[in-house]
Amino acid sequence: MEKFEKLAGIAAPMPLVNIDTDMIIPKVFLKTIKRSGLGVNLFDEMRYDRQGNEIPDFVLNQPQYRDAEILVAGDNFGCGSSREHAPWALKDFGIKSVISTSFADIFYNNCFKNGILPIVLPQEAVDVLMKDAEKGSNARMIVDLENQTVSTSEGESFAFEIDPFKKHCLMEGLDDIGLSLEKAPAIDAFEAQASQARPWV
Amino acid sequence: MSPKTLYDKIWDAHVVSEDSDGTCLLYIDRHLVHEVTSPQAFEGLRMAGRKVRAPEKTIAVPDHNVPTTLGRENPDQMPEDSRIQVAALDTNAKEFGIHYYPVTDVRQGIVHIVGPEQGWTLPGMTVVCGDSHTATHGAFGALAHGIGTSEVEHVLATQTLIQKKSKNMKVEITGKLRPGVTAKDITLAVIGATGTAGGTGYVIEYCGEAIRDLSMEGRMTVCNMAIEGGARAGLIAPDETTYEYVKGRPHAPKGAQWEAAMDWWKTLYTDEGAHFDKVVTLKGEEIEPVVTWGTSPEDVLPISAVVPAPESFKGGKVEAAKRALDYMGLTPGQKLTDIKIDTVFIGSCTNGRIEDLRAAAKIVEGKKIAINRAMVVPGSGLVRAQAEEEGLDKIFIDAGFEWRMAGCSMCLAMNPDQLSEGERCASTSNRNFEGRQGYKGRTHLVSPAMAAAAALTGHLTDVRELMTENA
Repeated sequence: MEKFEKLAGIAAPMPLVNIDTDMIIPKVFLKTIKRSGLGVNLFDEMRYDRQGNEIPDFVLNQPQYRDAEILVAGDNFGCGSSREHAPWALKDFGIKSVISTSFADIFYNNCFKNGILPIVLPQEAVDVLMKDAEKGSNARMIVDLENQTVSTSEGESFAFEIDPFKKHCLMEGLDDIGLSLEKAPAIDAFEAQASQARPWV
Repeated sequence: MSPKTLYDKIWDAHVVSEDSDGTCLLYIDRHLVHEVTSPQAFEGLRMAGRKVRAPEKTIAVPDHNVPTTLGRENPDQMPEDSRIQVAALDTNAKEFGIHYYPVTDVRQGIVHIVGPEQGWTLPGMTVVCGDSHTATHGAFGALAHGIGTSEVEHVLATQTLIQKKSKNMKVEITGKLRPGVTAKDITLAVIGATGTAGGTGYVIEYCGEAIRDLSMEGRMTVCNMAIEGGARAGLIAPDETTYEYVKGRPHAPKGAQWEAAMDWWKTLYTDEGAHFDKVVTLKGEEIEPVVTWGTSPEDVLPISAVVPAPESFKGGKVEAAKRALDYMGLTPGQKLTDIKIDTVFIGSCTNGRIEDLRAAAKIVEGKKIAINRAMVVPGSGLVRAQAEEEGLDKIFIDAGFEWRMAGCSMCLAMNPDQLSEGERCASTSNRNFEGRQGYKGRTHLVSPAMAAAAALTGHLTDVRELMTENA
């Protein structure tokens, strides 16, 4: 996995609350057996009409947001289905960080497996960042994972919390299967003990 | 020793290792797999030259894509992309040596119905699947939750997950339910009360008299939608109802092992005085049959209510409600019972079990549907067979319902069972999201009995009115 470096990019505002993973990537695109190529269908039903033409009002169709790398979103982003196709589509489009007051649990975890940084901030901070994002492509937001801050184009800065292990994996681009396999002796020991304690499992 | 919750006990029994920051490696007892979220995980194993660590604990079944029409074993019934996904699961199951129920097997069905039915799901286990409705298995007092494809690969390779413990939340439903009120109404009412993010960061334990009174199938319906409330998982402590359901199932323990298992299962309850970080209490007798009016499962109201005004909400929900009403084609103040229905869907991992079909058949028996399309999609081949043995298929067919083969079907419309633009459906499934059941389709979530009632009248209906007629 690619390392998450400091990010200075365009942020797109999506104030709608409860943006679910069906919106992020509708099920018709889940029939792939690959991880790549989903960016073109990110937010498909909001982004295109039935004939496949772009809906000009939709934020990522607006010229100033086409190269957005950050989303500032309403509460409870990524709720619903566990489909990892949602972060795959975001990543493939070029989104590297999503900022909201809250994320659904499975989506939040899925982001870290794909080099995307989800940032949780209080409502007041998200409100300020949403306003900054509304300025368009002239406003570059800065996400500094190492120092755990997000800064507006005007330099107003907000600190965010992140689990140290998740931060470490993201910064180093670590494959966590590899890390867990290093613990194989502990897994062996657990299985030996569990097969005594709960042989019916 | 300090008192523990049920969640604490199951968690503690599965910790392989713990780092100083609380990050744990958690052992997984059962891994359920379906065709949509697994191909990339198996491909990942292949690329890295890794094996499935515990194929005997891994169970696969195709459910999301499969057609529900007769003759579906003919691959021509599936579009090419669906066929490729199902074929990939076939190949992966064989290559990696995992348990598999192909589409031709009578035991095939929705993964969350097949697991419990076959006795794979047992109290005190950890159960995961690349599907958010894995929460269903919590009904057995198993810690069960959905994971993404990368985590599917992680579990395949290591039989563990990297996890941090969630907080404990108690949802208590006191007293008795009134007639016509079901497990579906409980679970929707809870989400209505807490919101879709109310459970974020928590594992919910459902308890109270109304929960104890539920059958295993009702409990599965309640836990199934824990994820819709944002919770990592939902749990119900095992009891006699649980043991009776589990006993004799193909993969349940037998003989001395059964006795040993029971000894442990009987310790799986929340100790007196254990700490919950959040407590929600609803009175069972105050819960009415409910429906959803919007595009989030938190948009829940009693059937006797009217469509709400967006201004009655706060914050970002005002805009979301406006958007939802526009999408749903509804007007504030409109009576919910005046909403006309085009289609009824009875099925899904929420409500595709035999008791669900019985509840719907009881309402439908001897009557005719007043709408163009109504479908019953049993949750598994065995549910279908059981229903046919009881003559339920005939009741549905005589009333004008389509009687289908098992699968996820119109719950997420990945197969050909879809709503068309503007088509309005009373559905026993779990999500009313925009486009969920088909592009621009409109979904009202209801219980099986309420779905049956809507099919008979052609509009959203308080099922209790039809029950009085029957009495």
